[in-house]
Amino acid sequence: MKIAVCVSHVPDTATKVNVGSDGKSIDPNGVTYVLNPYDEFAIEEALKTKEAVEGEVVILSVGGENNKETIRKSLAMGADAAVLLKSEGELDSFQVARALADEIKNQNAQLVFFGKQSVDYDNQIVGQLTAGILDYNCISVAVDFKLDGDKIIAEREIEGGREVVETTLPAVVTAQKGLNQPRYASLKGIMAAKRKTIEEKDAQIGESMVSIIGMQKPAPKQPGKIVGEDASAAPELARLLREEAKII
Amino acid sequence: MSKKILVFIEQRNSEIKKASFEAVKVATDLAAKQNSEVLAIALGNEINGLEDVGGFGINTVKHYKSVDLELYSSGAYAELIAECALSNDAGTVVFANTSLGKDLAPKIAVKLNAGIVMDSVAIKYENDEIIFSRPVYAGKALVDCKINSENKVFTIRPNVFPLGENNGGKANVDVTELSDVKLSSKVTEVKKSEGKLDVAEADIIVSGGRGLKGPENFHLIEKLADSLNAAVGASRAVVDAGWRPHSEQVGQTGKTVSPTLYVACAISGAIQHLAGMRSSKYIVAINKDKDAPIFQVADYGIVGDVFEVLPALTEEINKLKN
Repeated sequence: MKIAVCVSHVPDTATKVNVGSDGKSIDPNGVTYVLNPYDEFAIEEALKTKEAVEGEVVILSVGGENNKETIRKSLAMGADAAVLLKSEGELDSFQVARALADEIKNQNAQLVFFGKQSVDYDNQIVGQLTAGILDYNCISVAVDFKLDGDKIIAEREIEGGREVVETTLPAVVTAQKGLNQPRYASLKGIMAAKRKTIEEKDAQIGESMVSIIGMQKPAPKQPGKIVGEDASAAPELARLLREEAKII
Repeated sequence: MSKKILVFIEQRNSEIKKASFEAVKVATDLAAKQNSEVLAIALGNEINGLEDVGGFGINTVKHYKSVDLELYSSGAYAELIAECALSNDAGTVVFANTSLGKDLAPKIAVKLNAGIVMDSVAIKYENDEIIFSRPVYAGKALVDCKINSENKVFTIRPNVFPLGENNGGKANVDVTELSDVKLSSKVTEVKKSEGKLDVAEADIIVSGGRGLKGPENFHLIEKLADSLNAAVGASRAVVDAGWRPHSEQVGQTGKTVSPTLYVACAISGAIQHLAGMRSSKYIVAINKDKDAPIFQVADYGIVGDVFEVLPALTEEINKLKN
């Protein structure tokens, strides 16, 4: 069985965000880009599944030349092949999903993993949109995943608990932290990844559905007051929470 | 007159989510500006107080009723909602950005070929266009955006938009009884976390960081949380160390929260943590290091050892409450 994992190349979470000169995207100067953290759980689950059912794991990513760094990292973890769907400039979630769905169809992948969200635009929808376009079943925010033949039993995180979901292949699953413990790339894996070819194709993105018109930093928060030092400040803090903030 | 607006009313355990009333208010405000009408849709079996959405400006609620719809089934939910939108000439569909809304809204967008905007925190209507404002990079920045397609789907962040005034009106509940709903995927069970509040929904959160030195010291956090009726949160360092479950993590790879009160205990305030909680209404920081970045966003700070401050604060709060 062919298993696809869709990965994105995003600013590291330790990055300070500044608005770029176009006024609607971030200033890339000094920003370190990494494999989207949630995608590591997606890759790990795909590799575990491949080891259990015999299959092939293909990495798909939409973007420019720079995405190759993230694709190499994914290959180094143990994926077999990769396709870069080339596109420059900002895309909306729908366009990314169209490009991925098109290639998933080409690859005839029956099981597709995503990270539950990319930590840049935080929409948390590309997996579900891709499933919708392909008419695949979909389980988002998975924290547990089991495949038995073509039957899936997974758990997804919801407010205050988990839902146990049953469905069948073909399916899209989006990974939440906690799904597994992603492996580190071995030296052998890193060397092998360097020799693998990244196939390149033009992304089939279609028309734009959402346009960003501006980006701002949130208004800076005014630092408040130091109520005091040590346990002796506790009564005053409790009083402020009651009388000033009116919370207690 | 513009196409109608369809607003999704979410039920869990037969109770309507508060965030759905916030979505109703957003939908009715938008309809007033667009000179259009709002229709509501709810899926489930028995749903308590469904007619009460009438008090918030809704005339009709479509209730698709079946025991099969009591728990969430993404495929069946998506089909029924898209079908309802199409047959009632609704071009815009509004959801609250809950775990269910986040899963479902994009599926509706595909079926309606609609552009989609998630997690809006402000909505403006200018020159016949809806401008959505939403956080990106976990709140390190905000973008303004618009949907280019005629059909539109959007979700609103819970606890941000005000609830409307209830005028006591009752909506006409239009029930469609369904039998044998086709379920391509279905929820067979809901496992609740042991009776605790979830950070994503809590009004008060008490979070602990690495300065607590070990999981065995989190009872200090739990006791303060109990006295405040708050949820327990955790920093990434603490979750990565395995002291606390990921469901409690606040920050860029955890949950973005905006409670009324956030109490950060022994959390230094890494940028990815601040991004996840800085929109809280009041922030309290307790930390030994007076230069910790968390004090930059805190409304009230105590410079001190959490092992001494937390028990004292818990006692003071209990005193005030009794």
